[in-house]
Amino acid sequence: MAMQVISANRLVDGLVVYMTGGGGWSERIADAQAVTGKEVGEVAMAAARVAEEARIIVEPYLIDIDESSGERRPTRYRELIRAKGPTVRLDIGKQAEL
Amino acid sequence: MYLYDTIDQSLVDQRVEQFRGQVRRRMAGELSEDEFKPLRLMNGLYLQLHAYMLRVAIPYGTLSSHQMRKLAHIAQRYDKGYGHFTTRQNLQFNWPKLEETPDILAELADVQMHALQTSGNCIRNVTADQYAGAAADEVADPRITAEVVRQWSTLHPEFSFLPRKFKIAVTGSSRDRAAVRVHDIGLVVKRDEAGAIGYQVIVGGGLGRTPMIGATVRDFLPKRHLLSYLEAILRVYNQAGRRDNMYKARIKILVHALGAEEFIRRVEAEWEAIRDSAVDLPAGEHDRIATFFAPPRFEALPNNDGEFARYRLEDREFAQWARTNVAPHKQLGYAIANISLKPEGGIPGDATTEQMNAIAAIAERFSFGEIRVTHEQNLVLPHVRQADLYGVWQTLKSHDLATPNLGLISDIIACPGMDYCSLANARSIPLAQDISKRFADLRRQHDIGELKVKISGCINACGHHHVGHIGLLGVDRKGEEYYQITLGGSADENTNLGKIVGPAVPYDKVGSAIETITNTYIGLRADGESFLDTYRRVGNDPFKETLYAAH
Ligand code: SF4
Repeated sequence: MAMQVISANRLVDGLVVYMTGGGGWSERIADAQAVTGKEVGEVAMAAARVAEEARIIVEPYLIDIDESSGERRPTRYRELIRAKGPTVRLDIGKQAEL
Repeated sequence: MYLYDTIDQSLVDQRVEQFRGQVRRRMAGELSEDEFKPLRLMNGLYLQLHAYMLRVAIPYGTLSSHQMRKLAHIAQRYDKGYGHFTTRQNLQFNWPKLEETPDILAELADVQMHALQTSGNCIRNVTADQYAGAAADEVADPRITAEVVRQWSTLHPEFSFLPRKFKIAVTGSSRDRAAVRVHDIGLVVKRDEAGAIGYQVIVGGGLGRTPMIGATVRDFLPKRHLLSYLEAILRVYNQAGRRDNMYKARIKILVHALGAEEFIRRVEAEWEAIRDSAVDLPAGEHDRIATFFAPPRFEALPNNDGEFARYRLEDREFAQWARTNVAPHKQLGYAIANISLKPEGGIPGDATTEQMNAIAAIAERFSFGEIRVTHEQNLVLPHVRQADLYGVWQTLKSHDLATPNLGLISDIIACPGMDYCSLANARSIPLAQDISKRFADLRRQHDIGELKVKISGCINACGHHHVGHIGLLGVDRKGEEYYQITLGGSADENTNLGKIVGPAVPYDKVGSAIETITNTYIGLRADGESFLDTYRRVGNDPFKETLYAAH
């Protein structure tokens, strides 16, 4: 079954964030809590909605990830770009800070 | 340039404070995201892939050097040191913070700028010919009309919740540089036989999912009736436009569904009821606005300045730039200088803080402080003395702003695509970069001649792919980036929609496909024929054959 993490944008600055185990939010997908299965995903989404209510993040959703290469990567290309930054500006976005 | 009066200024100032309050209430939990989102969008603040994006309005693409410096400052202070000029003559900042956006808007208001009408189902920021007030072929300055439309449409209470967004473009010349036939309303300023100013009114053009070329609903509308006639068109649309299906909500669908004749009948009927009413602008007010667009104090100069000619002979590089990037001016001894924002391998439309400041300084010194933004994502210095062109070029060159490629294959329109845009299916920018590198050899570009490549990352068509001589549309094929190729589009006075040439090609095959298309054209062209001429003569088939021969 596909592994997933929850992604969202942070309210104050709009930056892409991922939900971590402790219910926190990190800019790094590596820090995110991975979940498997529909029910676990729904529980995690409920926690994300609490964070949305608390005005920490907006628009949370589950994304599929893959760890078979040893590195955690979103499976959709769009999400990979969100996780790293614009492919045409490697000097900015998360990829520049990693 | 138009200068705000106290009404304009207090409107934008109040709007900043209103938004500041809305952001504060959002942060304090008094507004939910659902409540807040339409409010931030009405102030140009979108949420994109990586961050918020602020779209700053540049009405009819006219900027002062002072305003350009402010944009440079905002890019530096609140963003990541660059901005992106768009196909709507606007500027987008890609990384603003929500909490700082009210301050950015306040900075913009300081220089008579804002982010109104850059989102939502209202009459959007009006666009116009970038050569306004300068073009040798101009009938009358379209900025006067554009400013009248701006004032009329800003926060227009009846037209703030239309079925869909609504775009108006104006050109003051029969040579269409504003793509008026692919706008909801296109206005062509013209004169009647008696020499009086009026408009050809074109309605129902548009790109996007269902591209259409607008229909002429009035061949000549006298100037004094402009606003009542626009009001009549908008009323018919507001009442009869579809609100049940956002893909069928634009006015082009209504014009198509009713038929042009019935649409015109309804507009004329509505107009009869309101013409000669208070809706139209009093002549005095029109004249007051027109005074802001009086020509700058040009010197009386001879045409074909000797120094300009000498430098062209002596410096080949300059001659190349002058050939592509300089256009004739209506004032003897002056010229229009285009600044390409398409350096080899660069991101179309992007400019750094340093470049924006440099352009502001050049405009101050050489172009009466005026700058224009083009819908093809370049900039213009509208009023340069021919004798100064060499100095302008040298300065531009030192800031990597003198790429001599206007209208050539590397002068590509590309929307932000999947590198920034949350609606994208595929990337646009890296394709533009790849094509511009492949064709970096200027001699080859000149040999190919005028060729407009336009790239959109999704069907919304912000990159105008339908009207590219070569259009590329990003599509998602099972998670892979593919591109549909269209040929033969054009956005000028002979507007055409491109035709799909065959099955979409994967990302890594697009560059070679463009090479095949240009090689096919070179093989087929008759003497003096441009790409578009040849395409119009031979059609899709020969291109299809060479493109898909190996499959
Ligand atoms: S065409 Fe699509 S991908 Fe490109 S900017 Fe517009 S909405 Fe975004």
